[in-house]
Amino acid sequence: MNTAMDELEDQQLDTIHKTIIFENVALAFEDLVVLDGISFELKRGETKIVLGIAGSGKSTILKLCLGLIKPDAGRIYVLGHDITRMSENELFVLRSHLGIVFQESALFDSLTVRENVAFRLVEEHLPEDEIEQRVREALSFVEMEDAIDKFPAELSGGMRRRVGIARAIITHPEVLLYDSPTGGLDPITSTTIIELIMKQRDVSKTSALLVSHRLQDGFMLAGHYYDPVTNRMEPVDGRPMRDVHTSFMVLREGKVIFDGTAQQLGEVPDPYIREYIS
Amino acid sequence: MELTSPADFAKRSVLAVQEYTLLSVQAVTNIFRRPRYVADFLQQADLIGVGSLPIVAMAGGFTGLVIALNYSPTLERFGSLTLTGQLVSLSMVRELGPVITSLMMAGRNATGMASELGSMRVTEQIDAMRALGTDPTKKLMTPRVVATVFMLFFLTIISDLVGLIGGWLYSFAVLRLDTYQYWNSAYQTLTYNDVITGLIKPVFFGFIIATVGCYYGMTTTGGTQGVGRSTTQAMVTSSVLILAVDAVLAQLLLILR
Repeated sequence: MNTAMDELEDQQLDTIHKTIIFENVALAFEDLVVLDGISFELKRGETKIVLGIAGSGKSTILKLCLGLIKPDAGRIYVLGHDITRMSENELFVLRSHLGIVFQESALFDSLTVRENVAFRLVEEHLPEDEIEQRVREALSFVEMEDAIDKFPAELSGGMRRRVGIARAIITHPEVLLYDSPTGGLDPITSTTIIELIMKQRDVSKTSALLVSHRLQDGFMLAGHYYDPVTNRMEPVDGRPMRDVHTSFMVLREGKVIFDGTAQQLGEVPDPYIREYIS
Repeated sequence: MELTSPADFAKRSVLAVQEYTLLSVQAVTNIFRRPRYVADFLQQADLIGVGSLPIVAMAGGFTGLVIALNYSPTLERFGSLTLTGQLVSLSMVRELGPVITSLMMAGRNATGMASELGSMRVTEQIDAMRALGTDPTKKLMTPRVVATVFMLFFLTIISDLVGLIGGWLYSFAVLRLDTYQYWNSAYQTLTYNDVITGLIKPVFFGFIIATVGCYYGMTTTGGTQGVGRSTTQAMVTSSVLILAVDAVLAQLLLILR
């Protein structure tokens, strides 16, 4: 009976306009409650910035989206699939439609930049010529073509992050997950990384979930757009037709305490949020 | 340091055995599922097999030499010095060849696997692999397990042979034994059961070395300190398991004789 109800519920889900749906998701590690019944949706083409202090469960959300960990309760739908009911082998297939940029890049340190970026394509047994072409395209997107034969240990933190982005976007995923992409970087490099994320958002219209504790990254994404003519970001101010499809979500002690636009975030009366954004 | 209650310790131990068993079963069943990582297997076979050849040959050679050196006075006392070849041959082929080779491999490869996979684990590379849609047990563990079992089998044969050469060197140079007599005695004494016993053991030992090394690597937590801990545990556990399984196999194979 439950299964029939679940299937009916799945059929009613709007997976055309929503790429990720969290429904009352809860997770605890022994006595530590990480997520306490959170619900949210990521629309197609939307970039959602997940904010919160360290330990508020931000990175856990990304791991849940990929099915790397399973929730204790609740449902998670990714591209129309209830991943809480999928086996690891089924998840491997679904994950090929997602891309993730890890906090510390998580590049394979015994492989070159070329091999790292090409990893997924090699696994799919694509022809070598096509792999080479797509690797160069992805590296050119993040302006890292010169480092193609280098090993991750030879790259700076910002360069590793850019290679991580290239590895994530090479298969043109439907959803991109960024785990603190600017964490530990200097302000100039952080801006470069945000510019790349913006470029991906505005050029490919990919849905994205971006976890960060840096408020300025979120506001930069919400307040700017990528101009392909000048190849740089421009402020949205005074351009009413320009919708950057960027929203914010704030977590506190495993609960969602805000989910809305940048403007709504600026106007919210909650003292915790006011203190957080001040 | 926090004290662990006996109940917690027991629970953790049972959980570890369960995880190890599941991971080992998965590594074996992966052999029959696509994709198969042939290039990774060949790379591991080269690293594990060819890379271990010098230390395995040296260990085997010195072991054979030491057997001849230690037991020749006793054999001489009974006027049976001509049996040196027989003694070296039986000791090496049935017991010391497989065990010494496996212990050397555990020191070199179980630790290597635990530290390599452990470093990948703590730097999120294993998670990245899963996130990229690749099964780490298939890509990382199965090629290592198959390569270790496969290569240890042949390394043991090489070790046995070099051990016999070591024993002959001592017999010829120090004991002044006849070369033909040594090799004839060494060859004639071996039965099928001795050879099969000596070749079955490395299959089990290879499986233990690779699965224990990979298990500790894949379950590493606690940063670089955790990697060091996993490496030590992999060495200790695989060595103890090799000796324990050797005792069980020796008894079983004697019964089946």
